[in-house]
Amino acid sequence: MEALLAVLIGLLTACGVYLALRGRTFPVVLGLTFLSYGVNLFLFSMGRLSIGQPPVINASAVAYADPVPQALVLTAIVIGFAMTAFVIVLALKARADLGNDHVDGQN
Amino acid sequence: MNLLLAVLTPFLGAILVAWVSRFGRSHAAWAAGGVALASVAWLLPLLSGPFAGVTLVQRLVWMPSVGLDLVFRLDGLGLLFAGLILGIGLLVILYARYYLSERDSMGRLYAYLLLFMGSMLGVVLSENLIQLLIFWELTSLSSFLLIAYWREREMARTGARMALAVTGAGGLALLGGILLLGQITGSYELSVILASGDLIRAHPLYLPTLILVLLGAFTKSAQFPFHFWLPHAMAAPTPVSAYLHSATMVKAGVFLLARLFPALSGTPEWFWLVGGAGLCTFLLGAITALFKHDLKGLLAYSTISHLGLITLLFGIGTPMAVVAGVFHIINHAIFKASLFMAAGIIDHETGTRDMRRIHGLWQFMPFTATLAMVAAASMAGVPLFNGFLSKEMFFVEAVELASHQSFGWLLLVAVTVAAIFAVAYSLRFIHDVFFSGPPTDLPRVPHEPPRWMKVPVEVLVVLCLLVGIFPAQTVAPLLSVAAAGTLQTALPEYSLAIWHGFTPALWMSVIALVGGVLLYNVRRPLLVWHDRYEDRFDARRVYNALLQGLMAVARWVTGWLDVGSLQRMVFVFVAFALILGWSGWSGSGAVLTGSRPLLPVDGVSLLAALVLMLMSIAVVILHRQRFTALILIGVVGLVVSLIFVKFSAPDLALTQLLVEAVTVVLLLLALYFLPQHSPAESHPLRRSRDALLALLVGGGVGALAWAVLTRPHNSIGDFFLANSVSGGGGSNVVNVILVDFRGFDTLGEITVLALAGLAVYALLETLRLNGPAQDADGRAWNWDMHPVIMASFARLLLPLALLVSVFILLRGHNLPGGGFIAGLVTAVALIMQYLANGVAWTHSRLPVNMHPVIGTGLTIATLTGVGSFVVGYPFLTSTFGHVEWPLVGDFELASAMAFDLGVYLVVVGATLLILVHLGLMHGKESERKTSGRDRGVR
Repeated sequence: MEALLAVLIGLLTACGVYLALRGRTFPVVLGLTFLSYGVNLFLFSMGRLSIGQPPVINASAVAYADPVPQALVLTAIVIGFAMTAFVIVLALKARADLGNDHVDGQN
Repeated sequence: MNLLLAVLTPFLGAILVAWVSRFGRSHAAWAAGGVALASVAWLLPLLSGPFAGVTLVQRLVWMPSVGLDLVFRLDGLGLLFAGLILGIGLLVILYARYYLSERDSMGRLYAYLLLFMGSMLGVVLSENLIQLLIFWELTSLSSFLLIAYWREREMARTGARMALAVTGAGGLALLGGILLLGQITGSYELSVILASGDLIRAHPLYLPTLILVLLGAFTKSAQFPFHFWLPHAMAAPTPVSAYLHSATMVKAGVFLLARLFPALSGTPEWFWLVGGAGLCTFLLGAITALFKHDLKGLLAYSTISHLGLITLLFGIGTPMAVVAGVFHIINHAIFKASLFMAAGIIDHETGTRDMRRIHGLWQFMPFTATLAMVAAASMAGVPLFNGFLSKEMFFVEAVELASHQSFGWLLLVAVTVAAIFAVAYSLRFIHDVFFSGPPTDLPRVPHEPPRWMKVPVEVLVVLCLLVGIFPAQTVAPLLSVAAAGTLQTALPEYSLAIWHGFTPALWMSVIALVGGVLLYNVRRPLLVWHDRYEDRFDARRVYNALLQGLMAVARWVTGWLDVGSLQRMVFVFVAFALILGWSGWSGSGAVLTGSRPLLPVDGVSLLAALVLMLMSIAVVILHRQRFTALILIGVVGLVVSLIFVKFSAPDLALTQLLVEAVTVVLLLLALYFLPQHSPAESHPLRRSRDALLALLVGGGVGALAWAVLTRPHNSIGDFFLANSVSGGGGSNVVNVILVDFRGFDTLGEITVLALAGLAVYALLETLRLNGPAQDADGRAWNWDMHPVIMASFARLLLPLALLVSVFILLRGHNLPGGGFIAGLVTAVALIMQYLANGVAWTHSRLPVNMHPVIGTGLTIATLTGVGSFVVGYPFLTSTFGHVEWPLVGDFELASAMAFDLGVYLVVVGATLLILVHLGLMHGKESERKTSGRDRGVR
């Protein structure tokens, strides 16, 4: 299972990097979204993997998943959304001001 | 805490005055005067301390763990300066009320003036040097605002910028000096530093420390060669000049010399640096002042000269010289403030400040003329006026010093020449302006100013006379405590009498007076000569050349670092990260795989992983077809949330699911205004290069994840698991961490969210974009935008969804949920209405402005934290208890739940603010379209 997740994290990162290197704003935003997925999963995996052990205190539970990375990632997801929103609106603004959607502002 | 309040009052008062000014000009003046009086009132009960020789230190513990406290200090020196700042400040407030014309904003001037007053009070009353520096920088900033008060004038803007650049650079040097002082003595508190003078002087870092501190003091006090900013600062309104250049801003530098005198003085370095700069400035300022045709220009250079005199006295460094220096600080503040005010009256009444045009004003305004004459006589050092006393003390010190030095006679000559020029320019100020024939083409016919405009000048002039004639009965007690506060030791014996017999100092005064009159009589050829060569002496040219050089260097560095292409910069950045990661790994010799036992793979997981991989690759391949790519990336996000479900993270799964929905809606809304396809423009070579880099980075990150996942785990999470119920009162540990253990982090994060929302709003507000008329394949948009079934369902679902969100919010402390998730549920439910029923329909039924929602959320979250602060616990300490509700049963109430409510409101507010305003763009556009041309199509 660990290998599977490591591969997924690697793939999401690779897709993110490739798209972030494109020349138009929309693919770059998609690339940033991919990078958010990859980074969030990577951060989350720092607490190692456990199945069926949510960090909710319960008399019958034997073990718990690490809550710290979860708390970190939870806010990261929400802030990731805010960042995506900001970047995409910036892209709209750039298109309005520059007349094209190239990241360097030139066709 | 009186000292803290005395300093804070003007800052708070600035806001008050800005608000009050809308009710009228006099209201603003009264309010500003009231604020200054309030500061005086805070200080009054403390007066007995310094006069009894006690240094008062008031401390507010702030960050004890790093030794950072808010500490204020009141001793004789601080008291003198606080008195000057507040006393002359009050007079300036009264004067400015009549000086400013109807067009100028009263509230703005008074607000800036009070900001400046508070900053100056902070400088002179600080015990901690870092704190002093912060106020020091605030004086630079607020004086920038004051000098640039007439911001439509170019002279005001350049003058303000120059003052800020010079004093700001000096402030940086001073910071370095203060840090060195802190390193040497181990403390930033004046009590310690002033007592460790011997340690500082013997330290190898003494000279750098001294130079850095002096750079700060000299730039602020306009000492040569940094004097050039002061004349340009004369573009400020005259009340501002009267305040800044008599008692406050420029005196801050002299104050610093006096304040650190016990710690830094008494070495040859101090003597030559401080004395040398002081002498040069004294002489240069006096000579230049005579040749200025502008009234305020003359006063500006005279100010520079007198500051040089004070600096020279501190440089001489004997206890008696320090007494004279402190005395001259008082006298100069009094006569220079009144002279600036008189110059302002003349400017106000005649419409010009050019001494080549203003003559013979005696017949128009004899009263003002008399006042100006007294003040100018004081400036010239005529006996029976206050300037004479301190100037004579200065001559005594100069003679004393000269008798010990081999080239001492040079000093005496220089000092006498400067004094002669001082008499000459004072004479010019009086004779040229009030006599010397009739005026030449004045813009207006002058007459006496309004009654109350003269009052501040009268008060100051009376002080000039009182101090000048009865020094022992008036200024003596204040002078002795201030000098004692400066020296931090017992005072030398001195007498403040006017007559000391026929001493060398008296002869120097006589030579200066006679020489000054003679020099004034031969001024005309000198003025002509000076006008011809004036440009060559302008230090501003050096400054401009330096500034332009600096700009060129900055441009060169920027051009060298930034190639102006995001694509290339991102490539370099990612490649560099890859190289760093690789070099860190390759040399370490660590094995990739750790010893932790692995989890088995099951079929469902494998299937989900395959879906995710296929979708991701599909997005990359199809990314030029933007709509398709967007739908596919939504699937990727859903699988990511399934991963969270699988690995015991229900909160994350819920958050990811909801954010995914919101993100896709967001990107869809934005995509409408962007091209629907990306052109194929990258060269295949470039695509391969990028793909190679992406694969390498992905491989690296994957390997890193693998290395971590297979290693044993030891986390601080155990602490939170053990203390969540007992310490935070909740069994959902993730939520307890967010709202309780690490509540401060969460507060920061929702602030970021709020800021992002507001930034998006600000960007969208002025944005005008047109979307395509058809979809990507050339088909017309569907006019049935709001299908009936969807609209009806969405309306039915709304109360249900809101109920769910309340439920999730309330249970979040104990079960998966909480403010973030509940906020997203609410946002999605509301956005559903916008999607199903249209923006206009929903907006008319839900006319809620999201800004107050965000503000309320942040306020609630912050107040929850402040609440614990108030009852004596650290910020954001939470408390909880259980209550028994009828029907519901046992219900837990935690203060963290209020915090979570704040989080909820911010999330709802920010999300809706972003999406609704993006949606409203569509509304704006279709409005323009329908009203523009084809209303009849439907």
